[in-house]
Amino acid sequence: MAVAEKGVAERRTAIFNSGKNGHVSPGAFPTPQQVAQAAREITVPSPRQVIAANAERMKNSSEFEQSMVLNMGPQHPSTHGVLRLVVELEGEEVVQLAPDIGFLHTGIEKNMEAKTYQQALVMTERTDYLGPMINNLVYALAVEKLLDCPIPPRAQVGRVLLSELTRMNSYLVWLGTHALDLAAMSVFLYCFREREMLLDIFELVSGARMHTSYIRPGGLAWDFPKEFKETVQLFLNIFPSRIDEYEALLTDNPIWKERTVGVGKLNAVDAIALGASGANLRATGVPYDVRKLFPYSGYENYDFRLITGTEGDTYERYLVRIAEMRESVKIAQQALDNLPDGPYATSDRKIWPPPKEEITYSMESLIHHFKLWTEGFKPPKGDAYVGVESGRGELGCYIVSDGSNKPYRVHFRGPSFINLQALPHMAKGQVIGDLIAMLASLDPVLGEVDR
Amino acid sequence: MALDNETVKARVQGQFGAAVLEASEYRGDLAFRIQPDDLLPIVLFLRDSADLQYIWLASITGVDYLGRDPRFEVVYHLRSLANQHMVVLKVGVPEAHPHVPSIVPLWPTATYQEREAWDMFGIVFDGHPDLQRILLPEDWDGHVQRKDEPLVYEEVAFSFNHDDVDAQKPYAKE
Repeated sequence: MAVAEKGVAERRTAIFNSGKNGHVSPGAFPTPQQVAQAAREITVPSPRQVIAANAERMKNSSEFEQSMVLNMGPQHPSTHGVLRLVVELEGEEVVQLAPDIGFLHTGIEKNMEAKTYQQALVMTERTDYLGPMINNLVYALAVEKLLDCPIPPRAQVGRVLLSELTRMNSYLVWLGTHALDLAAMSVFLYCFREREMLLDIFELVSGARMHTSYIRPGGLAWDFPKEFKETVQLFLNIFPSRIDEYEALLTDNPIWKERTVGVGKLNAVDAIALGASGANLRATGVPYDVRKLFPYSGYENYDFRLITGTEGDTYERYLVRIAEMRESVKIAQQALDNLPDGPYATSDRKIWPPPKEEITYSMESLIHHFKLWTEGFKPPKGDAYVGVESGRGELGCYIVSDGSNKPYRVHFRGPSFINLQALPHMAKGQVIGDLIAMLASLDPVLGEVDR
Repeated sequence: MALDNETVKARVQGQFGAAVLEASEYRGDLAFRIQPDDLLPIVLFLRDSADLQYIWLASITGVDYLGRDPRFEVVYHLRSLANQHMVVLKVGVPEAHPHVPSIVPLWPTATYQEREAWDMFGIVFDGHPDLQRILLPEDWDGHVQRKDEPLVYEEVAFSFNHDDVDAQKPYAKE
C-alpha cells in the first residue's frame, strides 16, 4: 500500500478542528436514496456462503487461477478473542470473508430473565468487559426509564465522569492492542501503564477493577470515597501529555502510516447501511454521536466537540479516537469540577434501600429494606429502549417488563456485534496482512459480540 | 429540525390508516403495532420520506410473549439522525406461522440481527439471504430464548464423571 505522505498533517488538523461550532447540519447525513443504493450492493456473507462460493469458483477456474479458503481463528492472537474468520484468498488478496461468531456465547440475555432487576446488573458488564461502567449505565438507564425514576444531580454527574473514564480505558486497550497487532510493542506497554491508573480509580470507587457493578438502577452503589477527586484529578492532569506520547510514537511513524493509511476504507453511506456506529462511523464523516444527538444523563450540559473524519480508513479511525480521548478528558474535567454534593441515589424507598441508621429506628424503613433485598422492585408493564455511546458505538438496551420483579426480556444492541458486519465489506480486495489492521481498528470485543 | 411524536404519528396514520393496529407512546417512545405484511411498506415509507429519513436501523429484537396471541413480537428501532427522533415498530408474529419479511434488502445491517432472532426464537425472516444459526452451534436443537425452554446448565466434565456427562450430550442419543 502506497503511503500518502502528503495530507497526513492536514488530515490530523482537520480532525482536531472538526465539530468546532458544535452544530450538526442535517445535510451531513446520507440521503435515503444513497442508503437504498448501498443496501442493494452490500451483502454480509455467512461462512457457509463463502465456502460454497469458493467451491463453485474452483470448479470453473483453471489450475493457475485457484483461490483458497483460509480459516483465521478462533485461536488466532490478532482476532482479539475467539473470532473465526473464513477468508477466501486469491494469492494474498482477500476475495471475500465471513466472520463466524458464537464461540463465547454465554446466554447472558436468557440468564438475566431469571434474576431480579438488581441481580441482573452484574451480567451487564460481562458483555463488554472493557467498558463496565457504560454497560452498567445503559442497563440502569433502561430500568430507570421503566420506573420513571428521577436521579439526583450528584449521581448524574458522577455517571458522566465514570463513563468518560471508562471510554478512555476502552480506547487505551484498543490503541494498545491495535499497535501490538502491527508490531509496536512499546505503545501497548505505555497504554496499559495509563490503564492501570484508571483501573485503580475503578477499584477505589467500586472495589473491583473490571466488573464494577457501580452504577445501579436508582443511582450509584455508594458515595465516592474521600480520595476520589484528587485521584481523578491526578490522572486528568497527566493524561493529555501521555496522549501526546502515543501520538509521538505513532501519528507520524512511517511504518504505522504504511500499515494504516488507505487501508480498510469505508464510506459514509455504506457505514450507515451497515449500521456502524461509534468512531468507525464518525471516521467516515457522519456526525453521529449518541451523546450529542440523543443526550442522556445530562450530556447536553457539557462542552465538547463531535469529532468527525472524512476518509474512513484505518488511519482516520485512529486519529478520531485519539481526538476523542482528548475530548473525554475535557468532559471528565468539567464533570469533576462540577460534581455537586448531595445524595448519590434516589430517595425513592421502593427502589433504593434506606440508609443503615434509619433502619435502626424506623419500622417502615426496615420493611422497605427487607422487601427490596428479598423481592426487589417491580417496574410497571411496558418496554423501554435506551442507547448510550459506549467505547465502540451505540450500545442499546431494550427491556420488557411484565410487572414482576424480574425483567421479562433484556436485549443488548452490542455495537461490536453490528460493527463486525462491516468487516467483509471493508476487506474486499485488500491483502490479508491488512486484515489484521482493519479488524483491530474496528475494535470488536468478543464478549459483546456473542453475549 | 427535530421531529416530535405527534407529527410522526399523524404522518404514519395518515398514510397507512388501519394498517397501524395501534400507535402508543410509553415514556416518550413512539411505537406502532403492525402486521407482518405491512412491515416493508411502512419501513420504506419511514426511511424514504424526505421529511422523516429514518435511515439508521438501531436494532431488531425478538420477544416471546408465551400465552398471548400473537405469541412472538419482532421489535424494530429506527433512528432518524437528521431529525433526532426514534420510532419503534412492533410486529406481532403468530406461533402457527412465524414468518416476517426480511429487511436485509433495505439494510444489510439486519443480516446478523435477523439471524440472531431466528436462532433465539425461531422466527423465520422470508427473503433473508442465508438464515441460519449465529450464536449457538449449528446442530443445536430448539430455540433457547423461548419462554418454554428451561434455563438449564451443562454439567462440567471431569475425568471421574466424563462418561456420565458424555452420555447426556445430544450426539450420544443418536
